[in-house]
Amino acid sequence: MNHPALEVRDLRKVYPVAVTEDCPDGEFTALYRESFTLAPGGSLAVVGESGSGKTTCARLIVGLERATSGAVLVDGVERGRGRTSSARRRRRGREVQIVFQDPYSSLDPRQRVRDCLAEVLTLHFDMDARQRDGRVAELIDQVGLDERQAGALPRALSGGQRQRVAIARALAAEPKVLILDEAVAALDVSIQAQVLNVLADVREATGVAYLFITHDLAVVQQVCDDVVVMRSGRIVERGPVADVLERAAHPYTRRLLASVPRPGWTPRRRTTEGRPPVPSGHPLPPVSETKEPLP
Amino acid sequence: MSALLSIDRLRVELPAKKGSRTVIHDVSLDVRAGEAVALVGESGSGKSMTTRAVMRLLPEGARLSGEIRFDGVSIPGMDRRALRRWRATRVGMVFQDPRAHINPVRRIGDFLMEGVRLDGRLSAGQARERVSRLMRAVGVADVDRRLSQYPHELSGGLLQRVMIAAALATEPDLLLADEPTTALDVTTQEEVVAIIDGLRRERGLAMLFITHDLDLAAAVCDRIAVMYAGSIVEERPAGALTPDASHPYTRGLLAARPEIGRREPRLRTIEGRPISAFEVGDGCAFATRCPMVRDLCRRERPAPVHVTGGRVACHFAGEAEPQAVVGDGAAR
Repeated sequence: MNHPALEVRDLRKVYPVAVTEDCPDGEFTALYRESFTLAPGGSLAVVGESGSGKTTCARLIVGLERATSGAVLVDGVERGRGRTSSARRRRRGREVQIVFQDPYSSLDPRQRVRDCLAEVLTLHFDMDARQRDGRVAELIDQVGLDERQAGALPRALSGGQRQRVAIARALAAEPKVLILDEAVAALDVSIQAQVLNVLADVREATGVAYLFITHDLAVVQQVCDDVVVMRSGRIVERGPVADVLERAAHPYTRRLLASVPRPGWTPRRRTTEGRPPVPSGHPLPPVSETKEPLP
Repeated sequence: MSALLSIDRLRVELPAKKGSRTVIHDVSLDVRAGEAVALVGESGSGKSMTTRAVMRLLPEGARLSGEIRFDGVSIPGMDRRALRRWRATRVGMVFQDPRAHINPVRRIGDFLMEGVRLDGRLSAGQARERVSRLMRAVGVADVDRRLSQYPHELSGGLLQRVMIAAALATEPDLLLADEPTTALDVTTQEEVVAIIDGLRRERGLAMLFITHDLDLAAAVCDRIAVMYAGSIVEERPAGALTPDASHPYTRGLLAARPEIGRREPRLRTIEGRPISAFEVGDGCAFATRCPMVRDLCRRERPAPVHVTGGRVACHFAGEAEPQAVVGDGAAR
C-alpha cells in the first residue's frame, strides 16, 4: 500500500456571514470542494493572494477549523471528526505539524529553546533523559542553531532564529506532513535565503512532506516540486513547479507571475480597480473590491 | 547643487535606558526635483528612521546632527508654523499600513477634503471636485460611493489608493513613500506602484521610495541607495545596480533573492543576521557578515568613494569575491 502523505478530498468550507448587498445569501464560501494530494516526502506549494482560501485550507488540514464537507486523509487514514480519546488526539496531532508566519508570537516567551523541544518529545515519545537530550541536540543542529541559542529565551533570538526554533519544534514530533503557512514571508531577504536552505536540507534528511503555503512565487521553486494556484476559494491551476512557472496556462497564474518584480520589470495598470480580470469560463463568485466580511 | 531634498551627514541618536543609541550613523543623499530615489535596506537599517527625520517625526528626545534641506531651507531649523505649512503643501507621505494612518471614524470624503481645504484657498465645491478627480486618477471607480464610505469598508489596496490621493491632494513637490506596498498582494502591489509611478511622472513629482525590495526599487526609481546598519553603503543609478553592484552587501542581497525560472541547488546567503545601527563598532558595519572581510575592515570604517555613477563605502569595493562563500549560510 502506497498512500499519499496527505490527501485532501472534496474539501469545502462555508462561513455564515451577515446578509449584505455583497452577500445576499448570508454565506461566504472560503473553499469550494477542492482536492489535491501530497506524496510522501513530496513538497506541494499552495499559492494564492489574500482571500484565495489557502490559509483556510491549512487550518482545515491541521484541525483548527471544521470542514463543511469533504475529508482530509493522512497516510490513507481519514482525520477523525468529533470526540475522541486524548491518546488518539495526540497521535493525530503528531502526524501533521504547522509553522506559522509570525516568529514572534508562536513561541512561549518564558521557555528556553531546549525546553521547548524537550516538551514536545516528552509528550509524544517514551524516552529517557539521555535519549531526549541527544534528540534535542540533533534537532538544534538540523535547523542550523548552536548550543548558545539552544539555551536562550525567544526574546534573545532574531526573527530568523525563532523561525528555525519553530521548525525544530514541529520536526520534534516526527510529522508525516509539515505545513509551512507563509513561514518565510516575514523574514528579511538575507535571512529568508538561509531558512529556505534549511528547509531543503531538512526535507532531504528526514523525508517529511511539505505543504508550503505562500503568496510568493519566487520562493516556491526553491522548496517545492508541485504547485496548486488558488483564487477566491478555487484551485485554478496545478502541476509541477517548473511547468507552471514556465508555461502557465491559466490567465490568473500568468497575471500573478507578471506581477513579481524582477530585473527589467515595469509595473503596469491592468484594471481600473486592481481586480485581476475574471477569466472567462470560470464561474467565480462575484468578488467585490469592498473588504470581504469576516466570519 | 540644485537638490530639492538634501540630506547631509545625517546622524540620529535616540534616548535609551542607559545614555543613547545611534540609529543613523551617516546618511548623505540628494533628491533632485522630479527625481525618484529609493532607499533600500533590511529591518533595522535605518531607512524608515531617515524618512522620519526628514518629516520631523522622530521620537521625543531624539538628537539629530547634520543637515536636511528642502529647497535650500533647513527642515530641522523650521519653526512650528513653517513646519506645518511645509508639511501641508510641499510634501506628501504614504505609509506601509494605511489603516494606521487614517481616522477610522471619518468618511473617506471628509478625510480627503480636510487636507485639501486646510490652506483655505479652495471652496467646498472646488475641493470636492479636486478630490473626485484625484480618486479617479488613482484608479478608483464609483467615486461618490467610496467618498461616503468608512475606512473599514475598503480593502487594503483600495485604502492605499486613498492614501496616495491624500498625499497628492495638496500638489506637493516631494512624495515620501515608506514601504507603500509591502502589506499588499502582489497583483495589487503592481497596480499601486504603477499608479504612483504614472502620477509622479505626470506631475514631475520627486520621490523618496523606501523599500526592502531591490527589484521593485529598480523598477520605479532613477537611483538606488542601499542602507545597512544606519549608513548608506552603496548608491547607484537604478539600471546599473544589478550588473555593477560592488559592495559585498548589495551583491549578497541580489544573490539571496530567488529569481523565477532559475532554481538554485542552494541559495547564496549572507551569513548571520542584519545588525542594528547601535551594534556597530569602529570598523565597517558589514564586517561581521562580509565574505571578504580583512583586518582593515574591523579597524576602520570605510568612507564612501566615488565609482561610476555613484558611490560605495567599502575598503575593497569591486574586488572579486572568494568563491568559497557559495553555499552553506546556516549559522553552524
